[in-house]
Amino acid sequence: MATQTYDWAAIAKNPKFVELHHRKQKFLFGWWIFSTVYYFLLPIGAAYATDLFKIKVIGVINFGYAFALSQFFVSWGLAHYYAHVANKDFDRLTRELVSELAK
Amino acid sequence: MKRLQLFLMTACLLALPSLAMAAEIKANKTITISMFLVIIGITLSVVIWAAKRTKTAADFYAAGGGITGTQNGWAIAGDYMSAASFLGISGMISLYGYDGFMYSVGWLVAYITVLLIVAEPCRNAGKYTLGDILAFRTQPKPVRAVAAISTVAVSTFYLTAQMVGAGKLMALLIGFNYTFSIIGVGILMVGYVVFGGMKATTWVQIIKAGLLMSGAALLSVMVGWKAGFNPLQFFSDIVNSPNIQDHVSKLLLRDGITMTGEAAGQRFLEPALFMKAPLDQISLGMALVLGTAGMPHILMRFFTVPTAQAARKSVIIAMWIIGGFYVLTTLLGFGAAIHVTPQGITAVDKGGNMATLLLAQQLGADISPIVGDIFLAFLCSVAFATILAVVSGLVLAASAAIAHDIYVNVIKEGHADQHEQVMAARITSLVVGAMGIVIGIAAEKQNVAHLVALAFAVASSGNLPVVVLSLFWRRFNTAGVICGLVVGTIASIGLVMVSPNMTYPQKIADGAKKVITAMEAKQAAGEVLNEKDAKALATAKDEFAKNDGGTSMMGLKTPLFGLKNPGIVSIPLGFLAAIFGALAFREKRAEEMFDEVYVRQNTGIGMAKAVDH
Repeated sequence: MATQTYDWAAIAKNPKFVELHHRKQKFLFGWWIFSTVYYFLLPIGAAYATDLFKIKVIGVINFGYAFALSQFFVSWGLAHYYAHVANKDFDRLTRELVSELAK
Repeated sequence: MKRLQLFLMTACLLALPSLAMAAEIKANKTITISMFLVIIGITLSVVIWAAKRTKTAADFYAAGGGITGTQNGWAIAGDYMSAASFLGISGMISLYGYDGFMYSVGWLVAYITVLLIVAEPCRNAGKYTLGDILAFRTQPKPVRAVAAISTVAVSTFYLTAQMVGAGKLMALLIGFNYTFSIIGVGILMVGYVVFGGMKATTWVQIIKAGLLMSGAALLSVMVGWKAGFNPLQFFSDIVNSPNIQDHVSKLLLRDGITMTGEAAGQRFLEPALFMKAPLDQISLGMALVLGTAGMPHILMRFFTVPTAQAARKSVIIAMWIIGGFYVLTTLLGFGAAIHVTPQGITAVDKGGNMATLLLAQQLGADISPIVGDIFLAFLCSVAFATILAVVSGLVLAASAAIAHDIYVNVIKEGHADQHEQVMAARITSLVVGAMGIVIGIAAEKQNVAHLVALAFAVASSGNLPVVVLSLFWRRFNTAGVICGLVVGTIASIGLVMVSPNMTYPQKIADGAKKVITAMEAKQAAGEVLNEKDAKALATAKDEFAKNDGGTSMMGLKTPLFGLKNPGIVSIPLGFLAAIFGALAFREKRAEEMFDEVYVRQNTGIGMAKAVDH
């Protein structure tokens, strides 16, 4: 268990934490909404945009198939983008905050 | 017959269905059982290794926090991908093409919610269970009790579906007796959890994920090889397959549409051969996207890694494995449609669940009959390992809720030493596992397909709203947690109970009535019924007599709620109840402690180390 006691309210007001929290919140909820909207375009499109989904893109492969497949790449891409930003910015800000508190 | 067919079609969506069809797939018993024994041998040695290293509650519930990000990624994938995704989705693709592929997408996208919203905060602010997160700034006793009930409910629904599927699958593939299969699987699952705790469960899941991916990759290479490793060739093989064209024509004819030849083949790559209710699709999508992040056995996996960075890494690795698996599943499903043919698949199982296994047997047999047998045996053992890995994770999650939340924290108010905590956990796992076996045997003849939908509905409507609000909303409190969990859970269960998932005798009777009318009209026209028709008439009369005027379990003649998946209604209800509950009963302490929760979940400062030997 933690051996140290913290003044949580003070940390919550620390400019480093405020910056971390703002950046994270913006990133997490923004991209979550993006990914959710992108996902629901699939069942909605399959039901109501059948003509679009039928259009052949390469050979017999149609738009609907390509769009469903793109969901995988968008998810993987977003996951790596998040990891990149978190490793670079969020973790750095957290480290700076922790070392400031240790002083 | 129609009823069974309908049921199988529903069932293939979400769980392993009743596989009671005349089986033509028989694995080579000697090879298959030898492979099973190898898997049992390997996993049991893992258990012995893990048992020696399981001394504290942190070891038992969270593997002492000593699992690496990569290991946890594989374990999440192993925990998540059930036999239903392994056999059911490829089967759906083999019979309905595009719709099956579209269905698989939601299972991966669900992990974006896990990654962005719950994984790291739970690692930073949690300890062993859902109750730990929810009780942080609320009144622990009532919150833990309600959280434990919800965890046990979700896990039991899921576990029952898995156990019944396991029994049916073993019976179909190797001809094992149903009860014997359930007891066998149950004893192994209890053994893993009771002796090896989270460490053993994790490694069983990792081994399973490895086997599953190798099986899928091997088969995919063979399917690809048949198409000269040319994706365009592969897709034109689908469109040009006379068997697929014929199958699609027949499917469309049911809706009164005439389409033949290449157009019918192309239609296989377009939506809506199977999913004809878009709202139900969207509702299911909501339950998947939000429910996965509320599954107690998935949340629990994040307590096994030492840091938020490791939790992050584990989700990303899990996403590659799970997503890669579903992409390969498409190859297998379409491959089965080309090589085994939809007619060949439905001859063995109407729901298509045997598609992958038939494909393995056939592609192997193309090389030599013994290779076919070995391939089939290998995939059967993958299915076996899959069942073991998933049920163990569920038993562990349910036991942790009872032992850690109810016994240690509510009854003993946190005053239990390590020895007592581990003892409690082991005894609870034994009891939960034994219950799982009993329920599994009792539910043999029940329709369990809706139970997986129900588990996701409760997780998305009950658990997820309160987890998110606990972590991100200052005003959230005890009343909010309790209202959210209770309303979300009851709404999900209630809506499923009055949904088309249940069996409606009147509907069966009406179907039978149609057959009787048709047959009697034939007779009235002076036609002598052939053997098949006479049999159909007798069955229909029998069914009509049994079901006419009957009502569902809830006393209904027709469903009150039109959707099979309640998410679209129950998720907003769960959120609203949680928010209104919190606003109606303000709690000063919970609000004051928000800073602590918020700082902890964002930064991991003051993290309760899982390694507290």
